[in-house]
Amino acid sequence: MEKLFTLLIVTENNIGLLNHVTVVFTRRHMNIRSITASESKIKDIYTYTIVIKNTRELTDIVAKQLEKIIGVFKVFVYEEDEIIYQELALYKLPISAINEGVGIEKIVREHNARILSIEKEYILIEKTGHKKETQALLETLEPFGILQFIRSGRVAMAKPMKPLEEHLAEKENAYEYI
Amino acid sequence: MTTTVKEKKAVKLDNITGSEAVIRSLINENVETIFGYPGGAIMPIYDALYDFDKELKHILTRHEQGAIHAAEAYAKVSGKPGIVFATSGPGATNLITGLANAMVDSTPVICITGQVHSHLLGFDAFQETDVVGISMPVTKWNFQVTKASEIPEVLAKAFYLAKNGRPGPVLIDITKDAQLENFDFLYQKVNKVPTFYPYPKINNDALLKAAELINSAKKPMVLAGQGIKISGAEEELKTFINKTGIPVASTLLGLTSFSSDHPLYFGMLGMHGSYAPNIKSNEADLIIAVGMRFDDRVTGDTSRYIKNAKVIHIDIDASEIDKNIKTDAAVIGDAKKVLEKLIPEVNQKKHEQWVNEFNELKKEEYDKVIKIDILPNTEKFRPAEIIHTISGKCKENAVVVTDVGQHQMMAARYYSLNTKNIFITSGGLGTMGFGLPASFGASMAAPDKQVVLFVGDGGLQMTIQELDTIRRNNSNIKIVLLNNSYLGMVRQWQELFNEKRYSFTDMDNPDFIKIAEAYSIKSSRVTKREELDSAIEQMFADNNPFFLEVVVEREDNVFPMVPGGAAVSDIILAKNDLKK
Repeated sequence: MEKLFTLLIVTENNIGLLNHVTVVFTRRHMNIRSITASESKIKDIYTYTIVIKNTRELTDIVAKQLEKIIGVFKVFVYEEDEIIYQELALYKLPISAINEGVGIEKIVREHNARILSIEKEYILIEKTGHKKETQALLETLEPFGILQFIRSGRVAMAKPMKPLEEHLAEKENAYEYI
Repeated sequence: MTTTVKEKKAVKLDNITGSEAVIRSLINENVETIFGYPGGAIMPIYDALYDFDKELKHILTRHEQGAIHAAEAYAKVSGKPGIVFATSGPGATNLITGLANAMVDSTPVICITGQVHSHLLGFDAFQETDVVGISMPVTKWNFQVTKASEIPEVLAKAFYLAKNGRPGPVLIDITKDAQLENFDFLYQKVNKVPTFYPYPKINNDALLKAAELINSAKKPMVLAGQGIKISGAEEELKTFINKTGIPVASTLLGLTSFSSDHPLYFGMLGMHGSYAPNIKSNEADLIIAVGMRFDDRVTGDTSRYIKNAKVIHIDIDASEIDKNIKTDAAVIGDAKKVLEKLIPEVNQKKHEQWVNEFNELKKEEYDKVIKIDILPNTEKFRPAEIIHTISGKCKENAVVVTDVGQHQMMAARYYSLNTKNIFITSGGLGTMGFGLPASFGASMAAPDKQVVLFVGDGGLQMTIQELDTIRRNNSNIKIVLLNNSYLGMVRQWQELFNEKRYSFTDMDNPDFIKIAEAYSIKSSRVTKREELDSAIEQMFADNNPFFLEVVVEREDNVFPMVPGGAAVSDIILAKNDLKK
């Protein structure tokens, strides 16, 4: 049965590594639903958050193949109930939106969003949440004429308490090096 | 080939070029031989090489693909990574087939490619190609060097990564400006690379579970793969088998991991493997897979494969576990280390009844297939009898090289291999054209050994230009061309599954003897049985290369055969069985 899986891939910061990671999915004709990559709290160690929809079995195989890539420290595979995650959305509306009857401030408040910036010609709204929520705001704002909309991939945190350093040390100790 | 590190003093040299640094790094890694082909973007490295002809032997092949296949075989024979030089663009792309071959067959190869100046990267410069991007899926690691100062560390990593853990190919792309730049060189060998986890510590619980399964099994069977050879576990496997009394079969790349004359050895697995192990796989109650990856050519239809058996999978590569076949006990680790620990935990046993059943099937295969193949009553030669005859006349430590196709399966079946032989073939990728350059690489690694190449008329012509590399080096290679003027394996499938619609498999060949003559290689064409012995005698008479063309039956088939998509136990012994 296909389900959503969130993969946290802990990597070095190397040119081409992202390509190497995505190639593993491409080869299996797997679509990446979203991807986010950024530096972790440890300097020069990055985390990619990749969301795919597939079976547990195939996802585990792919995770093991990802872990083989030189430059990848560890891959964590999570199902939806094992993580807390967020996405970020930005909405650009014409400045006229402020003057229309329905108070834009009210909508922003109701959706737990915020006004990021008010410029001469437009306003920018920021909303953090799951896709369903950012989508709902998108639809609500539609009548004002959305000039631009962008949504990030997911960033996720695992519910278990074990810190990354401990995971990495454990892996390090599970192997010999000549 | 478990690696031991000799602590070497760091080598330091001030103000040398990146190119000289490449050469000195190779020397520091005890490289003796390089296979390569020069071109614009790698000229500085070749210029530096010019001064090191005493330390390094460079072999100019006639094509970069020839260089990398030679390097692959060199690695398999020497146990050291094979080294390849090639230029940018087409030079680099000509390596891709070899890289893919080395990747799937776990061969340590290090390719050094020249690249355009770093300021031209991405500008479609002359002979620029994104070789790092192209080679990414077919290398264990690759890296683009744009500064000379990166060279020593990157090359040290390349050597460590290529040969440790599950071996594989590495490609290092060096821009021309990095080759020309001067810097202060300091070379230190690497014995650890962050994010690379080569040797898993063996999990004792898994090991004990495996031992328990082995001790309670009634119908166990061992599948021996190349991992045994890579880890040097041949002796441990023999001890394990002698103690447990378990029948063994080998994968194509696992051949020579166990002696073919051992009473518990029952031949090769898979599509053109032996009858007994294919049938018995599906009756076994325990499969012990050592250093192999359950390739589809071994398993046939996985939904009907070893369904009665518990599975123990011993492999160094965790990603192979549960990939194709679900395991009951996975012991992740180096085959030699795992077997060493497993041997004291298993009981001395004999499985007489079970082994007898193997022997009965072995006899049936001998009567219905082997006897007829090696002692045919046909007028024309059959490939099996040639291989069988030559096998009987070769030295016991001969290096046996094949190309890909029917003759390859025949060589795997009818050459009597022991653990002193080295068998070199293209396994996972099935690369036609591999054989000829590979035989050359093997000969470079072991000039004193007898190297015999079995090759078909199709594959020979894919890399035939390397005859000239053999000529120039006067390599002691006995080239045995089994010429049926067909792409035999494809033709066999067309005969069996496409109603003999021989679509583009008829070869309409040139005169191979004239070609051999043009390359000044002594040759002989044999068409009649009474000529064979004297031709073979002539072939082995001296240490020069020899080209023996044997004109064989055009429409011979390799049996037994597991038809594509069938269960291994549906293996057939003859064409007539297909209809059942």
